[in-house]
Amino acid sequence: MTAARDSGERGGIIRRIVAQITGLAIALFARFITSPRVYYAAPPHPDRQTVYFANHRSNADTVLIWTVLGAATRARTRPVAAADYWLKSPLRKFIGLDVFNVIPIERLRENRSENPVEKMLAALETGVSLIIFPEGRRNESEAPLLDMRPGIYHLGQARPELEFVPVWIENLNGVLPRGSIIPVPLLCTLAFGAALRVDPDEGRDAFMARARAALLALAPEEVRDGS
Amino acid sequence: MDPDLLRIFGGLFLALLAATLGGQVLRWQFSRGGSTAMIERLNARIRGWWVMIVLLGVTFVLGKGAVVLLFAFASFSALREFLTLTRRSRADHSTLVASFFVVLPIQYVAVWRDWYGFYAIFIPVYAFLGLPILSVIRARTDHYLTRVAQTQWALMIAVFCMSHVPALLVLRIPGYEDRSLMLIVFLLIVVQSGDLLQFVWGRLLGRRKIAPEVSRSKTWEGFAGGVLSASLIGAALYWITPFTPIQAWAMALVTAAMGSFGRLVMSAIKRERGVREWGHLIEGQGGVLDRLDSVVFAAPVFFHLTRFFWQSAGG
Repeated sequence: MTAARDSGERGGIIRRIVAQITGLAIALFARFITSPRVYYAAPPHPDRQTVYFANHRSNADTVLIWTVLGAATRARTRPVAAADYWLKSPLRKFIGLDVFNVIPIERLRENRSENPVEKMLAALETGVSLIIFPEGRRNESEAPLLDMRPGIYHLGQARPELEFVPVWIENLNGVLPRGSIIPVPLLCTLAFGAALRVDPDEGRDAFMARARAALLALAPEEVRDGS
Repeated sequence: MDPDLLRIFGGLFLALLAATLGGQVLRWQFSRGGSTAMIERLNARIRGWWVMIVLLGVTFVLGKGAVVLLFAFASFSALREFLTLTRRSRADHSTLVASFFVVLPIQYVAVWRDWYGFYAIFIPVYAFLGLPILSVIRARTDHYLTRVAQTQWALMIAVFCMSHVPALLVLRIPGYEDRSLMLIVFLLIVVQSGDLLQFVWGRLLGRRKIAPEVSRSKTWEGFAGGVLSASLIGAALYWITPFTPIQAWAMALVTAAMGSFGRLVMSAIKRERGVREWGHLIEGQGGVLDRLDSVVFAAPVFFHLTRFFWQSAGG
């Protein structure tokens, strides 16, 4: 039953209860540290199957989006995340697979046994939403946004009804810079944009440019102008 | 519970009830569906006071430790708001962690344990000298002075000044034992009513702006009216304080004036950083610093004047 295993039904009831409690504790801690403020450019539709795509500057990005989605939505939402990070130790494996229910993706092409897009499509088949960071790695440059990989375009091509919601995360890189363990409490903002869809005859570059523009449009002016 | 405290809270409860009713009538008359920004702001203000009164009331019942803890949390939120707007670099990470998780707890433990000789100088001396050392070890010199100065300012405002509100609890005033909660009530009523009355007087006869670049709504007429009316309210409250009516009036005058100027100073910082509010702790009402900016400026002055003139010589 790989399908059941893949949709997060791991382990016995105790393990699932512990995962639930851990998830609530993580969300509470994230709120305590960042007091996240959420803006919606358009009314959110948590019932529709959605791919949330966001800028990536901090390890905690996944946690923060996951936190602000709220308990009901996050039970149906799976972050797409790096396998080498989340499968490293038993604790990370527990938090990654049992709490966040991530879809682990190999970042290095030579380690891949399956196509990441197909893995995501298989997950979408079960009705869940996704959180994805199309830059593919943490942005440590001065530029507001790195090049985005076209994975989301392929998802949209395969499932034209899928909605893509851009999410701009601001200030989280100050909370937890690379290499630090203790987070600094700073206020963070998450801006959710209006949903996009891939048009049937839209080319890859056209959609990716549109997605990029939609994401950057949510960034504060001084960040955008820094590009 | 002290009967005077019950009287004060009963009075505040009735006043807020009246304000809430008045605000809703105004809303129903002039601002259906939230169309008039000024009335919406007024109502948001009133809701903010409800939150403050309920929090204060609950902690007052629980005792001194709870009051100290409440203001420690207010300091935490205020520091988070302030540091979000300052210039930081990655090299400051340990300095910032130390500010939140070492300096802040130590300051409040010292207040709670009544180590006056320590909490009065801990941040101005030890944190002031220690944190730049932490920052310099990381050897990043870009905007070094700006970074350390802004962190120190944040600690002074959000932790040091704020901690002087609960510090009022540990003052030992002859004949006023066990009533020191009233000093907090007095301080908060004078400063908050000063804020409100300054707004009202400014709307009624405001002409000359105090600092037009900082705020278009703050006028000398509003300032004078607000501070004078708040001082009269303070004088009328002399019976909850160790002061005579004249002394209560003078203390309220100084406190309200400090509060008003504090508000102006904090507005200037917001203006420089290009934000309208410090944070968003309670929806629609900004952050802790938006609500307590004037209290933060008034508290240390009120504390030290009270301590200097009224605490027993042995204290």
